[in-house]
Amino acid sequence: MPRRPMYEKIWDAHLVHEEPGQPALIYIDRHLVHEGTSPQAFSGLKAAGRKVRRPDLTFAVMDHSVPTKDRQLPLVDQIAAAQLAALDRNCRETGVPLFNMQSSNQGIVHVIGPELGITQPGQTIVCGDSHTATHGAFGTLAFGIGTSEVEHVLATQCLSQFKSKTMLIRVSGKRPAGVTAKDIILTIIGRLGISGGNGHVFEYAGDVIRGLSMEGRMTVCNMSIEGGARAGMVAPDETTFAYMEGRPFVPRGKDFVDAVEVWKTMASDAGAKYDRIFDLNGATLAPQVTWGTNPGMVTDVTGRVPDPASFTDPVDREAATRALEYMALEPGKPITDIALDRVFIGSCTNSRLEDLRLAARVVDGKHVAKSLKQALVVPGSRGIKVAAEKEGLDKIFRAAGFEWRDAGCSMCIGMNADVLPSGERSASTSNRNFEGRQGKGSRTHLVSPMMAAAAAVEGHFVDIRKWGVDGGE
Amino acid sequence: MQPFTKHTGLVAPMDRVNVDTDQMVPKQFLKALTREGFGRTLFYDWRYLPGEKPNPEFILNWPRYKGASVLLARANFGCGSSREHAPWAILDYGFHVLIAPSYADIFYNNCFKNGILPVTLPDDQIDELFLRTEKTGGYKLTVDLEAQTVTDDSGLKYSFQLDPFRRECLLNGWDDIGLSLRFEKDIAAFEREHPRRAVMYEPLDVVITKPSG
Repeated sequence: MPRRPMYEKIWDAHLVHEEPGQPALIYIDRHLVHEGTSPQAFSGLKAAGRKVRRPDLTFAVMDHSVPTKDRQLPLVDQIAAAQLAALDRNCRETGVPLFNMQSSNQGIVHVIGPELGITQPGQTIVCGDSHTATHGAFGTLAFGIGTSEVEHVLATQCLSQFKSKTMLIRVSGKRPAGVTAKDIILTIIGRLGISGGNGHVFEYAGDVIRGLSMEGRMTVCNMSIEGGARAGMVAPDETTFAYMEGRPFVPRGKDFVDAVEVWKTMASDAGAKYDRIFDLNGATLAPQVTWGTNPGMVTDVTGRVPDPASFTDPVDREAATRALEYMALEPGKPITDIALDRVFIGSCTNSRLEDLRLAARVVDGKHVAKSLKQALVVPGSRGIKVAAEKEGLDKIFRAAGFEWRDAGCSMCIGMNADVLPSGERSASTSNRNFEGRQGKGSRTHLVSPMMAAAAAVEGHFVDIRKWGVDGGE
Repeated sequence: MQPFTKHTGLVAPMDRVNVDTDQMVPKQFLKALTREGFGRTLFYDWRYLPGEKPNPEFILNWPRYKGASVLLARANFGCGSSREHAPWAILDYGFHVLIAPSYADIFYNNCFKNGILPVTLPDDQIDELFLRTEKTGGYKLTVDLEAQTVTDDSGLKYSFQLDPFRRECLLNGWDDIGLSLRFEKDIAAFEREHPRRAVMYEPLDVVITKPSG
C-alpha cells in the first residue's frame, strides 16, 4: 500500500463507484442541513418523487435566520419565519432529526456537530455551507456543497466528486503569546492568497497546529475556504480523542476504546506525498487585522494600511484601491488608529467556549469604550451559552458593557436583525469581510476574539501582546 | 436541466477579480423557498441605488450591455459562500456562459448543475476579449461546447478545455441524481458492507418524526 495522506485514506474508504474519466461516487457519513440552503433541495426531491435515503444520517438545525434575542416571541421577519417553517415541515415529512430554534441543543451547524459528537474522525461530512470545512479539525473530510448537491445527498447519501489535490500546510515552532488560531489562519490566507488553495484540500500540521486545542483547530479549518480550499483537515490525536469522549453521539466504554484505535489509523502516513507543501514559521506570527474586502487583505496589528501603489501586480493594485475606497481608509494609516463603531464576537469561526473565555479574560474588570455603539457576544450554541454562564462569563461581558445573546450565525451574515449599518465599521471574529457581508455598506475588520475584545475596550485596534494575555487555555 | 450545445450572445464585461457570491446574491435574498426570480437580485448592491433604482454607473446597467448573455469575468470568479442562489441569479438574469481565467471550486461546480457553461481561458486571451468587448459595440461571441471553441465575427477563435464528463452532462442536460442512481446496487452494497449508524447515547432536545408515507 502506498503511503497516503489522510485525505486519500478517507476518500478510498468511502468509494462507492469509480470509473476512469468520471467523478467518483463517494458515501457521505453525515449530512448537515440548515434553513438557508435546503428548501429548494427538499422541494426538488419531492417534485421528483424521491425520498430522503438516510434521514438517520442527516441532521438539521436552524441557525442562519434565527433571532438572538426574544426567541420565545413570534418572529417579526415573516420571510425568515416562512423559511424556518419550511425546514420544520421538511424534517417532519422526511424524518430528518431537527434541532429547532427552541431546542436547548440549538446552535450554529458547525458548532453543534462537534459539540454533540456527531462529527467523528474518518467521516465524510457535507453541508450546504462553505464553512463545513470546520469539521476537518477532527480528521474528517468535510466540505461545503451547493443546493443541487444537497438534494443529491438527500436522495442517494452519496456525492459525485472529482478528487482534489492535496496541500500540506506546516506551521512549525512555537505559537507566540497573544497569537491565536485566528491569527494563524489569517496569516496563511494572507500569504497564499484567497485563491491559493483552489482545487486543493489543506492538511494542517506542525507543532503549532498540534499544540492547538480542538476549538483552535476548528477555527483554522473553518477558514480553509477563505484560502480557496474546499476542505481543511488536522490528523486526529490525543487532543481529539479527549475532546470527543463522553459527547452524546460518541460511543461509550469499550466501544470508545475500539473507535479510538480505528481513528488513529486515519492520520496521514509518514512520508505521504502531497501535491504542494507550504511552510510557515510559528515564531514569526503576530496578531492579524484585515484592512480590505477579502480575508487575504490582512496585516500584522503593528502594520499600516497598505498603499495600493506598493503592489506590483496591476490587478492587486486596482483591487486594493477599490477596497480602501469601500473601507474608507487612507494608505499608511496605522492599524491601531482605526476607530470602530461596533464589535461582534461570534460566528462558526470564533464562538466556542475557549473563544469566549479568552475574550472575557481581556475585558474582565474593564468597560467598552464610550465611542462604541454596540458590543455583541453571540455564543455558537445554546450548550456553550449555558456552559459560559456557569463560569460567569456572561456577567463579565455584561459588566463590561457587552450584550449577551442567544446562539446563531447573527452578525457574521446579518440574515437576522443583527446587522452592521451602512458606513459603520466593525471588529468582528467572523470569517468574511466581503463588501456588504455584515450589512449593506458595512465595513468589516476580521480579528481574533482577544483582539476584538481589546478593540472594544479601547474603541480602536490595539496590540493584544502588550496586555500580557496569552492565547492559550 | 436544459441541454447546452452552442450559444451566441452579447458579451458584458465584469472587470474585477475575486467577485464573491455575496455580491452576486446578498444575504437578504437567501430566505427564498424557490429557485426562481433571482435575476432581479443579481449584483444587487452594485446594481441598484436606494429604492431599487438602477445605478447608471454599474456596467450591466449600461444600455450597450442590455440583453447580454455571455459574462466575461476575471480570476477566482465566484469565491466565498457556497450559495447556489448565485448561479440561479446568473441564469435567471439571462447569462448562459461565463468566461474567466479561473473560478472558485464550489461555484464552478454549481454552474454545471444549472446548465451554465463556465469557460476557462488563459489570461492573455481574457485580456483580448475584454479589449474587443469594450472597443466593439454589440460585441458577440459564439461558444460551441461540442467543438470547445469561442469565436467572434472577425475571425477570433479560441479553444478551451473542459472535463469530458462535465461536457457530456451539459450537452445532454443529464440529471445528476438520475446518473448516480444508476449505481443503486453499488450504494446498497456499500451500505451492507460498511453499515453506518448515528447512535444518540444520551437523550437530546431534538425533534424526530417518523417519515410519512
